[in-house]
Amino acid sequence: MSDAVSFDKASTEAGTDSQVVIPVSRSSVGERVLSIVVPVFMVLLAIAAWQAHIMINQVPRYIMPAPLDVVNALFTDWGTLAPSLLVTLRITMMALGIALIGGVGLAIILVQSRWIELALFPFAVILQVTPMIAIAPLLIIYMPDTQSALLTCAFVVAFFPILSNMVAGLKSVDHNLLNLFELYGASRWQTLIHLKLPSSLPYFAAGLRIGGGLSLIAAVVAEFAAGSAGKGSGLAFRLLESGYRLNYPRLYAALVLLMVTGVAIFTLTSLISWAMLHRWHESALKREN
Amino acid sequence: MRHVGKLFSNGTLALKDMSLDVQRGEFLSLLGPSGCGKSTALRIIAGLGAPSSGTIDWPSSKISKKGLPEGDVGFVFQEPTLMPWQTVWGNVYLPLRLRGVSKADAHPAIMEVLASVGLADFTKSYPRELSGGMKMRVSIARALVTKPKLLLMDEPFAALDEITRQKLNDDVLRLWRETGITVIFVTHSVFESAFLSNRIVVMRARPGQVYADLPLETSAVRDEHYRTSEEYRATTDTVSRALQEAIMRGAQAR
Repeated sequence: MSDAVSFDKASTEAGTDSQVVIPVSRSSVGERVLSIVVPVFMVLLAIAAWQAHIMINQVPRYIMPAPLDVVNALFTDWGTLAPSLLVTLRITMMALGIALIGGVGLAIILVQSRWIELALFPFAVILQVTPMIAIAPLLIIYMPDTQSALLTCAFVVAFFPILSNMVAGLKSVDHNLLNLFELYGASRWQTLIHLKLPSSLPYFAAGLRIGGGLSLIAAVVAEFAAGSAGKGSGLAFRLLESGYRLNYPRLYAALVLLMVTGVAIFTLTSLISWAMLHRWHESALKREN
Repeated sequence: MRHVGKLFSNGTLALKDMSLDVQRGEFLSLLGPSGCGKSTALRIIAGLGAPSSGTIDWPSSKISKKGLPEGDVGFVFQEPTLMPWQTVWGNVYLPLRLRGVSKADAHPAIMEVLASVGLADFTKSYPRELSGGMKMRVSIARALVTKPKLLLMDEPFAALDEITRQKLNDDVLRLWRETGITVIFVTHSVFESAFLSNRIVVMRARPGQVYADLPLETSAVRDEHYRTSEEYRATTDTVSRALQEAIMRGAQAR
């Protein structure tokens, strides 16, 4: 084995390029700080401009509220807005959860055989291309209650991108790796767990990010169409209600909550995909050249 | 180890009536122009795609349902073919994992085989962090971790630069000597086959057939000096000539 040892040393030398640590220079630290400061500053600037516009031109509150009025409404109307936010959040998250389970599950079934795919894919496509807002009123009739109708709408919309991404991912497994698994006599189940699922993680991440954003939009749009009311109503109903009552600060406050929710979902799904991929996948790697 | 194959591929005739006996412990190179079916032959031996006619006979008594002697074959592809989401260790663990060997039980074998290809310090690296030559070493380690009796290599170093390739050739030779494994090595490089093998089978194209079977008996130690020796030059001359003839036959048949 003395042979092997000397060789060992040589190969370590040959492979040192993978261990070179690139020191973080001061300019790149400054760049990082700026990359946070600049967008935050721009948003604050836009809000300030908005506030200035309202104050200088004396725009009445029932046409457009000032940012301070909106902040004020957020606090005073929190009692009505918070339960609605929870309703919308719950529908969004449940829809996304069911869409993830259903999308991944159906994708796995679809790729098992071409016949299953041919048989089931038309339904998936029809569901996808039908404008959800057009079938929302029907769902209200068919579903036992408004909540489950909204949930169905949000699910249908979030489901398709996850399904089609997963199908693409499961199908684009490295052919040589499939051969390798075959060579070692891997079972269908082993190939799925150890090869197909991990190699479609990048596609899953893409589906998750798209589906996460869409499920929130769908939950809001469906509620617009369904027009739910009472204690089970979400943020979309608060938007409509405040509009009818010309309570624009509250309408804007509801909008702000929706935006914050959307950004939060985006951040969360991006974090999840980063956590899954950062160690190995090109899309999550930092480029140095 | 002895196997006879008569192989057809439907549609295009990739291999016609090809027969080959491989002796135990042999280092055999399959050499030929591209499209002569040498990779096809190798894949059929590995059980990836059944022959349309003919059979492969194995000396082993334990034959799996796919017609392969159980655990006796390792395969190295043209590409490293590593799982990018697994570390070097995880990639080499794969063949054992698919057999249900636990991580703890597999660890000694994995560390041993990684040390033998010079990657003991890189167990936790991901494939993207490795150079092309190192990825190929991982691929070789994975093929050897089951301690196979037969190692099939399909133009493994074709995509590597000359220096890396020579180094890997040295290592493959060393591993072959140390383990006494039988190797079938597909290549289109006269020099590579002449340096490595103790038998070169030259194939012709259209249809893929054995054209010449050249045993190389040399007592010389195959090292850096051998690469510049008279004997090596004479061997490459002989092999080149046989390959030229095989290519001309293939061209006439068109």
